[in-house]
Amino acid sequence: MAKTLAQEFTKGLWEEIPPFRLVLGLCPVLAVTKSVANGLGMGIATTFVLVCSNLLVSLLRNVIPSKIRIACYIIIIATFVTVVELLMQAFAYPLYLQLGIFIPLIVVNCIVLGRAEAFASKHNPIYSIADGLGIGIGFTLSLGALGAVREVLGEGTFYGMEVFGSSFEPFTFMVEAPGAFVCLGLMLCLMNLAGGR
Amino acid sequence: MGDIFVLIISCIFINNIVLAQYLGNCPFLGTSKKMETAVGMAMAVLFVMVMAGVITWVVNNYFLVTLGIKFLRTIAFILVIASLVQFVEMFLKKSIPALYAGLGIFLPLITTNCAVMGVCLINVQEEYTFLQALIASIAYALGFGLALILFAGVRERVILGRVPKPLQDTSIGLVTAGVISLAFMAFKGMV
Repeated sequence: MAKTLAQEFTKGLWEEIPPFRLVLGLCPVLAVTKSVANGLGMGIATTFVLVCSNLLVSLLRNVIPSKIRIACYIIIIATFVTVVELLMQAFAYPLYLQLGIFIPLIVVNCIVLGRAEAFASKHNPIYSIADGLGIGIGFTLSLGALGAVREVLGEGTFYGMEVFGSSFEPFTFMVEAPGAFVCLGLMLCLMNLAGGR
Repeated sequence: MGDIFVLIISCIFINNIVLAQYLGNCPFLGTSKKMETAVGMAMAVLFVMVMAGVITWVVNNYFLVTLGIKFLRTIAFILVIASLVQFVEMFLKKSIPALYAGLGIFLPLITTNCAVMGVCLINVQEEYTFLQALIASIAYALGFGLALILFAGVRERVILGRVPKPLQDTSIGLVTAGVISLAFMAFKGMV
């Protein structure tokens, strides 16, 4: 059953939206979503790596011997992560400091390796780009949404702007680690309800 | 001596790798449904994390820094970890088959465990000495094991309860992890 290009792109936005449908790559999701800006920044960085590595893996899919393919994918991904790291140091230094070790850790984000293995190694470059872009944007949206909930409740701000009046007492619980776990768990529950599963 | 004690306590409890630093969540949620698999994973992580922490420290300080190619750190570290896992697997298969059978499928999974890579990066970023890096790696690995085994214990009980359908599995798992993480926050006042 061949899917159209548009279908490959949109499946990442709802049907297979990470990390809710594909429960993969949870660490950055929990760690960087203290605010909307951080969540979106991380999402965009991951999308970039995802699209580039999908493209390269797909172009090289007939050249890479299948026995050492995972090692090859990891090197490809690590290369693009280094590119992102250097780009962010040059153009978005404050964000780079905020995200800290989670930028190099995109290498071990299971979503990126998962897409390379499950999709890009079997499809042509154009479909692979569509898949990478779709999954990447879905991931960015999820991070943004989780970041929004945690920032609004935990700091009383949205993207740095104040939402509630000054009398609002923020739930600092939400920006700490336990808040991240509980919040993601409840969002997963809502997604299950909405998806009718 | 006092410093080292503080380092150990802070790595195990206060900055617990899973519950406070958000690293290694995939194996934390994936292998915690049964106590047996949780113990297996904890052992495998202890083994690999300590070796990886020490070796990447040496690679970073003696090769990357002296040659002035620090920007290759991400690639170098992931290669070290991936090949280390391979070697450990082959070595155990040959010489200690009992341990190999115990660790089983958890060894290859560790390559993409971000806790291992994370600890290596933390060791380098905090500019630990060799001894500190060694101790921090051991303590972080113990912290990971502690959190995983505690969590597996709670999860085995949760399965027995009646959980609403949409909340089942990962969802309730995350909420449970949140509650355990809340308990670990209490350690923050210790040091």
